[in-house]
Parts: sequence; structure tokens; C-alpha cells
Amino acid sequence: MLALFIRDIRLAMRAGGGFGLALAFFLILVTLVPFGVGTDVAVLSKIAPGILWVGALLSSLLSLDRIFALDREDGTLDVLATAPIPLEGVVIAKAAAHWVTTGLPLAFAAPALGVLLHLPAPGHLWLLITLAIGTPALSMIGAFGAALTVGLKRGGLLLSLLVLPLYVPTLIFGAETAARAIAGQAATTPLLLLAGITLGSVALLPFASAAVLRVNLR
Amino acid sequence: MKFWEFANPRVFMGWTDKVLPWAFALAGAALATGLIWGFFFTPDDFRQGSTVKIIYLHVPSAFMAINAWIMMLVASLIWLIRRHHVSALAAKAAAPVGITFTLIALFTGAVWGQPMWGTWWAWDPRLTSFLILFLFYLGYVALWAAIEDPDTAADLTSILCIVGSVFALLSRYAVLFWNQGLHQGASLSLDKEVYIADVFWLPLVVSIGGFLLLFVALVLLRTRTEIRARRLFALRLRERMA
Repeated sequence: MLALFIRDIRLAMRAGGGFGLALAFFLILVTLVPFGVGTDVAVLSKIAPGILWVGALLSSLLSLDRIFALDREDGTLDVLATAPIPLEGVVIAKAAAHWVTTGLPLAFAAPALGVLLHLPAPGHLWLLITLAIGTPALSMIGAFGAALTVGLKRGGLLLSLLVLPLYVPTLIFGAETAARAIAGQAATTPLLLLAGITLGSVALLPFASAAVLRVNLR
Repeated sequence: MKFWEFANPRVFMGWTDKVLPWAFALAGAALATGLIWGFFFTPDDFRQGSTVKIIYLHVPSAFMAINAWIMMLVASLIWLIRRHHVSALAAKAAAPVGITFTLIALFTGAVWGQPMWGTWWAWDPRLTSFLILFLFYLGYVALWAAIEDPDTAADLTSILCIVGSVFALLSRYAVLFWNQGLHQGASLSLDKEVYIADVFWLPLVVSIGGFLLLFVALVLLRTRTEIRARRLFALRLRERMA
């Protein structure tokens, strides 16, 4: 599993792996927002945490289809399915690699991009915390969606349609935690619920994803 | 006759052939009774005026929109556990009906909300949950449409339905946490006191019964269509092989 994890990270970092793409997309998205809503500091700082969360969510969506599609094309997935490690372990390793190469960089980039949106001062740390806690759930749910659409030729659009509704609870609790913390309210409850969603996804979704992969590899 | 015998497509077809006209007739009768009674023979509400009458469409369709998903969940589980093709096809057949009920509920809600709340749409937990439910339905139908092999499609959509149910439930409580409600609480309940006067309640219950029967009739009809389509598919396949 560790070897697979390291292999996936390496593949993502090398050229064509799309490692920087998600970050660049996130930057562009954040740049575009003021063109849409204007440069009013009060407005921007009010919507900044939400925009950054939605932006991170969309950016992590970009590289989802790479989790399984490339390995399916060149037959690696078949080898992995017959390998001694369970398919659930393969899913976890691949989702973890996706998180390290997408979710984690996004979490670190968000506070920096927050400067562009006049994010209020305590928000930087809170965005880092909520995104670091919430993005593993995004990667895990995304891996499930990627497993569902792995057999399809043009599954990209369908993947977004399937995955985005599943992202709703994560987004709500993540953005709510950041917004409450910035407003100076108690943010422990949504933070714990966010952590709960992440833990629940990591605990249960590998089984669903592996079941789906088995169907697709039949 | 045991319930599981309906898993045999031939038994299912023979039985539904007899039941279907009755289901449609009963659904039509109940809907006509409930809606005409509700629209023309109930008094106006003292504050809402005649807009209250949209309840006879809104509540039953919302009720059936949720129950359609639950029915799909049960059918998906039956497919995954017992591998009855009729069950998978029934789940497939129910989805577009469920989408329609969701849309009717959203639309009638908007039409009622405009004069009552002064807005077509509010980010109220119930409204938002229904919009999310609608998105889940869309994803489910899109996945069915995207996959060619019928068994693979049935397996994948069943698992999506189960995972989606969990996340739909999570979303329901997440939006409750996220925003305050504008929508009134439930007026109908099986175990609590009823907050609605009998003059409104009786036609409403008849309407709900009508929508339920309509749903059953439509799902049976669509399942029959799916079974026939599947037979055609098998026949064509056999022809090509020969």
C-alpha cells in the first residue's frame, strides 16, 4: 500500500500528472471572483471564506478522474485487483495520494489566496484548519465517484454531476466553521461534524468504492 | 402467493397486466376526488385565502418524492442481495417519476411562496434539501443512462443509491444546521396530534392516497416497459449471435 501511495504521488508530481493544475485553477478562480462581484472590501471579506471553500472543492474535482482512469487504461488496475492487497486498500492508498497532491496543497494555498479576497485576520488559520480536515473527505468521496465512472469513455461531466451533490455536507460544515470562527462565534460544533464526515467517509467509502471497482472490472 | 415470486418476470408481467388498469382507475378516482374536493369544496383559509389549496398538490408530491427515493433504495438493496432483475428495473423505472414529483413539489412550493412569503425561493432547509434531492435524482438517472451493460448499470446505480441515501440524509441535517427555516413544520403526523382541521385534512389524505396510487401505477407501467425493452435487447443479441 505504501509503495502504491508513493508511486501515485510520484506520477502526479511528474509532468502531465496535473499536480500544479488544481492550484493554478484555484488561483484563477479566486482572481475571477472580484471581476464578477466587484472590489468592495466589505463584500469580498464577507464572502471570502465561502468562495475559498467552493474554489477548493471545484479545484479538487479537476484531478479526480485521474485517480483510476489512467491505471484502468494501461491495465495497472487489473494488476492491482489481483494483487495481494485488498482492493479497499488500493482505494485508500490512491485517495490518500490524491489528497496529498491536491487537498493538502489547496489547504496551504487557501490562506495565501485569502489575502487577495481581504479575508479577515483570524480566517487564514481557520481556512487552513478546516480545509486540512475537510479535504480528505473530498478526496475519498471523489475516489468513489471516480470508481463509478472509471469504465466510461467520457465520464468527466458525469463524474461532477455524481460527486458534487455528495460534497454538500462537507462544504456546509467546512464553510460554516470558517465563517463562524471569523465572526468570533463558537466553531467547535461544525468543526467536529466536519471531522466526523471525514472520518466516516474514510471508514466506509473504501468499501463502496472497492465494490464499484469490482463491478467495473468484471 | 409469496412476494418473491414477483421476481419472475413472467409472473410479474401476468399479474401487473391484471392489476394495472385497476391501479390507474383507482389513482384517477382518488386524485379526482381529492383534488376537486380540495379545490372547490373546502373553505378558504382565513389568512392564506385560496392559495392554501395548493397544499393538495404540494404535500402529496413532496411526500411521494421522498418515498420514491426510499422505494428505489429498497429495490436497489433487493437487487444487490437477491439479484432479482425486476427489482433493479423497478428502481430504474421509479427514478424519473420521483424526479417529476420533486419538480412538482418545488414548483408548487414556489407558486405558493410568491404570494405568501413574498419570494419564489428561499434558502430554507426544506427547500434546499429538496433541491439537493433533485440533484441526487439527476445523478442517478444520468448514471443509468451512461452505462451500456444492463447488469453493470444496475450494480453501479444500486451502490450509488445507497451511498447517495446516506449523503442525502447527511445533507438534510447539514442544511438544518446551516440556515434557519421559513417553511412551516409538518402538519401531518402518524403519532402526534394533527394540526390541521378536518375540512382540509380529509381531501388532503385522499390526494395523498391518489398520488401514492399514481406512483405505484406509473412505476408498474414503466417497469413493464423496461422488462419488454430488456427482452427486446436479449432477442436482438441472440439474433446477432446466430
